[in-house]
Amino acid sequence: MEKKWFTISIYSENNIGLLNRISGIFLKRHINIESLNVSKSEIENVSKFTVVVFTEDEVARKIVGQIEKQIEVIKAFYHLDDDTIYQESVLFKIASSLLFDERQIQNIIKDCNATIVTVSRDFFVLAKTGRKHEVDDMYTQLKPFGIMQFVRSGRIAVTKAEMPISALLSQFKKQQ
Amino acid sequence: MNTNTVKEKSKSTNMKTATKISGAEAIIHCLLAEGVDLIYGYPGGAIMPVYDELYKFQDKLTHILTRHEQGATHAAQGYARVSGRVGVAIATSGPGATNLVTGLADAQIDSTPLVCITGQVGSHLLGSDAFQETDIVGISTPVTKWNYQITKASEIPEIMAKAFYIAKSGRPGPVLVDITKDAQFETFDFSYEKCTGVRSYVPVPKPNMNAITEAARLINEAKKPMIVFGQGVILGRAEAELKELVEKAGIPAAWTILGLSAMDTEHPLNVGMVGMHGNYGPNVLTNECDLLVAIGMRFDDRVTGNLETYAKQAKVIHFEIDPAEINKNVISEVAVLGNSKETLQLLLPMIKANKHEAWHNEFKKRYEIEYNEVIKNDIKPTKEGLTMGEVIEEINIASKNSAIIVTDVGQHQMIACRYAKFNQTKSNVTSGGLGTMGFALPAAIGAKQGAMEREVVAIIGDGGYQMTIQELGVIFQHKIPVKIVVLNNDHLGMVRQWQELFFEKRYASTVMVNPDFVKIAEGYHIEAKRISERKDLKATIQEMIASKEPYFLEVKVEKEDNVFPMIPTGASVSDIRLK
Repeated sequence: MEKKWFTISIYSENNIGLLNRISGIFLKRHINIESLNVSKSEIENVSKFTVVVFTEDEVARKIVGQIEKQIEVIKAFYHLDDDTIYQESVLFKIASSLLFDERQIQNIIKDCNATIVTVSRDFFVLAKTGRKHEVDDMYTQLKPFGIMQFVRSGRIAVTKAEMPISALLSQFKKQQ
Repeated sequence: MNTNTVKEKSKSTNMKTATKISGAEAIIHCLLAEGVDLIYGYPGGAIMPVYDELYKFQDKLTHILTRHEQGATHAAQGYARVSGRVGVAIATSGPGATNLVTGLADAQIDSTPLVCITGQVGSHLLGSDAFQETDIVGISTPVTKWNYQITKASEIPEIMAKAFYIAKSGRPGPVLVDITKDAQFETFDFSYEKCTGVRSYVPVPKPNMNAITEAARLINEAKKPMIVFGQGVILGRAEAELKELVEKAGIPAAWTILGLSAMDTEHPLNVGMVGMHGNYGPNVLTNECDLLVAIGMRFDDRVTGNLETYAKQAKVIHFEIDPAEINKNVISEVAVLGNSKETLQLLLPMIKANKHEAWHNEFKKRYEIEYNEVIKNDIKPTKEGLTMGEVIEEINIASKNSAIIVTDVGQHQMIACRYAKFNQTKSNVTSGGLGTMGFALPAAIGAKQGAMEREVVAIIGDGGYQMTIQELGVIFQHKIPVKIVVLNNDHLGMVRQWQELFFEKRYASTVMVNPDFVKIAEGYHIEAKRISERKDLKATIQEMIASKEPYFLEVKVEKEDNVFPMIPTGASVSDIRLK
């Protein structure tokens, strides 16, 4: 069966050890997590895990079933890239001298819609948010000039369709 | 604190309101409030405050000191499996806690409700590699339904209530609560309220009437329907509903190893066991039926054999409480989610009476074949050496099919499950999913204590027996009248069978050099006998069953007998071998 990129969204309680429990389900099936982000969700006290994996449709479905079965997981969903709006953020730390010596860098910043977070005597920091291929592209362009540090965040995503969890979550809201 | 809480508390634990008590004492009150009167465990440094309270409460709460923590978990499992209540095991931190892991994994895969309590080093020491510190929450995560570490006494009532609720609700399973030593010493105002729900957890999905109506239609239209039931029938207490369905619709019913005893083995529509060493008819006819009705079972690989060729011609209806099991291994046309009792009750009025006599005859025909090729030689052998099957048959006769049979893992387990007869539910206690050698002896202790009025016979191989043999100490100390039958073939029989069939008889480490088991039992002051000849079998088994005391019987059986029928790994259920 063909492998695809899946974004798994997990709504859960915010409890110690739950990350371990969830990652264990991927471990058990020998699946590598490509990207992971944990944050608060649209509902107070409900966390949202966003996990990206490259796998088969059937495996994604079974994983989601097993994740949802965990006591502290409220609901879990999986989506293809086309069903979601997703982004990642990156930071580049680059030597300040290059900003003046290599004029091309300024063009890259403009073309990529990156922002300058800070500039100091020794280095400056660029931030860029976008799809994986967009940030990868910027990385490729900057690489020849020398990158002091680079980091990329996990994917964050919202779905184009309504999450079928909304009614349940609004019930939680009322209880609070 | 609301008034209900006060009432609940005073009713269950006779405590005055708003008394400050220690976390350790609170744990005892939580157990009492949950109706627990028997626990299994082993003390040690980090759990000593709780043991100190157990000492004070020994008139209300019996603690059985097993000889190893693994024994505590299996005993708690045996207790839970026959009583339908939550089994409780308790251990200290570090090695005490890690010794629980096998029992937790066994309970997880066989859906057995357990609450395990472990002591933990003081919270200020967490993460410092302190003496007997181990990350038991991390270690036990994949093998528990839920687990939690308590670091403050005030968390104890809520977490303990949640632990019991989660362990027994929905698809049951093991829960581990780890409690730091300082939380056991800390005092706080105790009050207890039972847990009635966890917002993120739906224990029993609501039945969908459309699915049930569709299931009824498929059952009514089927020409060659077959039921396969599992432990979900027992856990859902749906034995009567299953029987009614089988009889009303005239559907032959087969069972998984954990479904055994949910239906009388002598029932004319009970067609036997499915799976690797199951019966010939139900395995072969799985691939000929037009409708497979799976009730409370999970299509384990030992049941299905090769999935690519499993029941491909049939429509499948799956009655199941756990949504994650739906379409996990076998795709179902209709999935009926919910508690098996509830869903079957909704289904029954829509079912039309039927007989399916010709179809049932297909099972009978294949039973005849299996009887002549296999069963006859197993239970009425003519060769010199004793067979495991004839021992089981004599136990059936002596106990009038009414005993609880506890088995370990291996050849004796398969033979016992094939030939043991049951006329009551919750009577087959075995390690099905995990296949844990060493399970039976401690599980038999728990089974007996969970059903003191019943006869409990543990049937164990010479290999598995030695994995938890030290629990004879519990049987001796508490005079627990279990009957222990070791079927000794001086081999790790099942592995040897595979070596014979698939590894050209290279018997790597499967020949057992055994001690004198009778002397060992006698060392524990347990009445013990050894037999090796057929002429002694009946009388000795009769004597054993008649005994009111613990009794050990070693039966020397044929060394190189094989268990048949057999579906080789990866083969189709219809390719089951009779020899």
